[in-house]
Amino acid sequence: MKQTFAIGIGGAAGQGVATPGDIFAKIFSRRGLHLNAYNAYQSIIRGGHTFLTIRTGPEKVTNMGDRIDLLIPLNQDAMNRHLGLLSDGAACIYNAETIKPGTAAHGVQLCPLPVSKLADISRNKVAQNTLAIGAGLSMMGVGFQALSDVVTEQFKKKGEAAVAENNNVARAGYDYATANFKPFAKPLPMTENRYAILSGNTAMAMGGAVAGVKFYSAYPMSPSTGVLHWMAAHARKAGIMVRQVEDEIGVVNMAIGAAHAGVRAMCATSGGGFALMSEGLGMSAMTETPVVVIDCQRAGPSTGVPTKTEQGDLWQMLGAAFGDYPRVIAAPLDIGDCFRMIPEMFNLVERFQCPGIVLCDLLLSEGRLSVEPKELDLNPPIDRGEMITRANGGRAGASSNGTYQRYRITESGVSPRAIPGVPGHMHTVATDEHDEDGVLISDEFTNPTKRRAMMEKRMRKVAGIEAAVPPPALRGPGNADVTLIGWGSTKGVIEEACEILNDHGISANQLQIRWLVPLHGEAILELLRGSRHTIIVENNYSGQFARYLRSETSYVPNGYIRKYDGEPFMPHHIVEAVKEQLAGKTKLSVPMHEIVV
Amino acid sequence: MATTLEPPKQLTMADLKGKVDPDWCPGCGDFGVLAAVQKALFELQISNHDVVTISGIGCSSNFPGYMNTYGMHTLHGRALAVATGVKLANHALTVLVTGGDGDGFGIGGNHFVHTMRRNVDLLYIVMDNQIYGLTTGQTSPTSRIGMKTKSMPFGNIEAPVNPISLALAAGASFVARGFSGEQKHLTELIKQGIKHPGFSFLDVFSPCVTYNHDNTYQWFRPRVKKLEDDRAYDPTDWMAAMEKSLLWGEEIPIGKFFERTDVPTLHGAEPVLNEGPLVHRDPRVPLEVARSFVEELM
Repeated sequence: MKQTFAIGIGGAAGQGVATPGDIFAKIFSRRGLHLNAYNAYQSIIRGGHTFLTIRTGPEKVTNMGDRIDLLIPLNQDAMNRHLGLLSDGAACIYNAETIKPGTAAHGVQLCPLPVSKLADISRNKVAQNTLAIGAGLSMMGVGFQALSDVVTEQFKKKGEAAVAENNNVARAGYDYATANFKPFAKPLPMTENRYAILSGNTAMAMGGAVAGVKFYSAYPMSPSTGVLHWMAAHARKAGIMVRQVEDEIGVVNMAIGAAHAGVRAMCATSGGGFALMSEGLGMSAMTETPVVVIDCQRAGPSTGVPTKTEQGDLWQMLGAAFGDYPRVIAAPLDIGDCFRMIPEMFNLVERFQCPGIVLCDLLLSEGRLSVEPKELDLNPPIDRGEMITRANGGRAGASSNGTYQRYRITESGVSPRAIPGVPGHMHTVATDEHDEDGVLISDEFTNPTKRRAMMEKRMRKVAGIEAAVPPPALRGPGNADVTLIGWGSTKGVIEEACEILNDHGISANQLQIRWLVPLHGEAILELLRGSRHTIIVENNYSGQFARYLRSETSYVPNGYIRKYDGEPFMPHHIVEAVKEQLAGKTKLSVPMHEIVV
Repeated sequence: MATTLEPPKQLTMADLKGKVDPDWCPGCGDFGVLAAVQKALFELQISNHDVVTISGIGCSSNFPGYMNTYGMHTLHGRALAVATGVKLANHALTVLVTGGDGDGFGIGGNHFVHTMRRNVDLLYIVMDNQIYGLTTGQTSPTSRIGMKTKSMPFGNIEAPVNPISLALAAGASFVARGFSGEQKHLTELIKQGIKHPGFSFLDVFSPCVTYNHDNTYQWFRPRVKKLEDDRAYDPTDWMAAMEKSLLWGEEIPIGKFFERTDVPTLHGAEPVLNEGPLVHRDPRVPLEVARSFVEELM
């Protein structure tokens, strides 16, 4: 098994859970350690219960794992909710003056801090947090200097006095723990590597910037808002026009307008905002204007649970807007993939002049992951498809005045796209059905032959898109006892579940789907032909992917593991479900999330 | 509006004619608006490949297809949002938005208000016939109280929107009203609207000869009074414009209600566009800038 170490910090929103999280994350990444962070929270600015899990280790950490090694409850509520979940070897650091511990399992070390004796709490409201960080790092065997550096950076803006005071508090916590608490069995390792820490939202925004996005529009909606925040903060450096728009209808229409005028345009939202965008998706398809829409899924339906994760929007994406049209839908597999996917998606949608949907979810959007900087290609290939611009000789084509046909019928279904401002290529694009020259055939000139020809022209792009996208692959041992099928963000947790199953003597492999449309159904059937027992794992109630796979291929798996409580899967959820299904107890497992957050 | 002039070729009226003739009902007010727009572009000599005409859906929204400029026939109510994207991606283009009262004040009402407050540099012409025509005659947001339509057969009980007051309140920097029956006057207003640096709103009485038997040419003709004929009227006075906008009945003002040029346009206020239109730039972010984005995360 991989060596990992997980810290859980719990408290009310506004109590300062984020800052210790940031400090630990920085220290781990500077030690050359990988990390994965997930924050469970509610739609509240002050109060409620927030629980941040940061898991670190020398190898890639793909999910939040099953175990907390160090618990830091910032209030009684957090203590009550989480202490019982600690097991042998774990520790809990808490303010002895305000929080009472409950009964801990055997081998769990309780570490009470006499906060007012160690720090002046009348002056420093977050002293308990800083003391706990210091104490924790001492027990992990991390030298004090690493903490001092980060604390200094963190409080630099508040002046030298704040830097000195917080350093003193951190030191007091550190020394107290060294003298009074038992260190963890294994000190935190260290490597020479250096990683960047990204959220999925930051990754998608940066992916957009390097893909050449020049227009980004959005309406704030959790959990997609982080994309807007990054774009807004970096707009001037990256030369991106960023607009906050009155609603998501305006958002997608503005993006399509910008795309039509010739720039790469992107927008992001969540399920509710996407619902408002769907008519616009149809316009993108009908006018053959490429646009990329990111949907960061949260638990629905309706307003649902705005701060919780789900994979419940697949059918909304499959059915978005009426009529048949070519589209691309892909679900990033992890946070690094969030970055890579955007340039890939733009190249596809510009080549095939159609809408593209990136189906992300809260787990990736707001989670954080360490990524090797070399894996972030800052100069990805840019393929803008068949475009006629002033720069590439539009002027030379001026003689084609009257003969340029925006929707010329071609074998590939793709017609060269002239952007406004190019002499000699004037045309009108229309959401009404139109002829090759853009003239409407929907009014008095309706013509079944032309309608059929235009429909077939557009739909011919589907074959081109399919050929441009690779089929999925099986990961893990061939001839396994069980094949776990997932899509998008569940990649990491299924991977770890497979490792655990293999350790337990059950050979498991994994088929993770990234491209949802096109699906490559035949290739999937071929891959699954040799599987002995297949189980589809997904974060929704009705098995949206299972239903989609069946509708495309008639494939029916042996079982299903689903979760729709708002929280992501933990590895043991999947491991236990696989075991009960292989034992023939059930075909549908819905694991219980033990942590109430 | 900022436009790129292509000097070599003299633009003719014939250059502006679209691929097909309008399929509007004979006598429709929209014919007059189309003629006035073409006349205005001809007189201003703006290269037609630097013009984008954008519409929503409805009778009058077929407009772009009857022009020989770049055109977009978008979704019902969404023309202004699309046009904002076009303008921001390439602010060298002259952007005209055309549509009807249902498209602009009904389904598109939200975008109407916000595009005005943003002062997006475009001319928005609403062919206001106070009825839904393409759907065969239902009440529109500008139908008068009491008007009988297929959707309100016992008479409209909802107060109409006042597009001029609404535009003034929402911060439009150019607000005017024309009448399809007053060609020369209308052409002049369109020219002013195109030249105005910022959002220009032009509400045009464009009678529906098929479905609106209340607001006909005969009804409008004796009522419309040109603001330009009143020498004392000052179109830079917002309060005076607001007061005039409330007049309705025996006397209905047409002409330029209001103009101010001291408000920055949206594209002018955004430093990202200082280096020129986005569409002409290299899409790539310089490598050292991209590297700095990664370094922030280390």
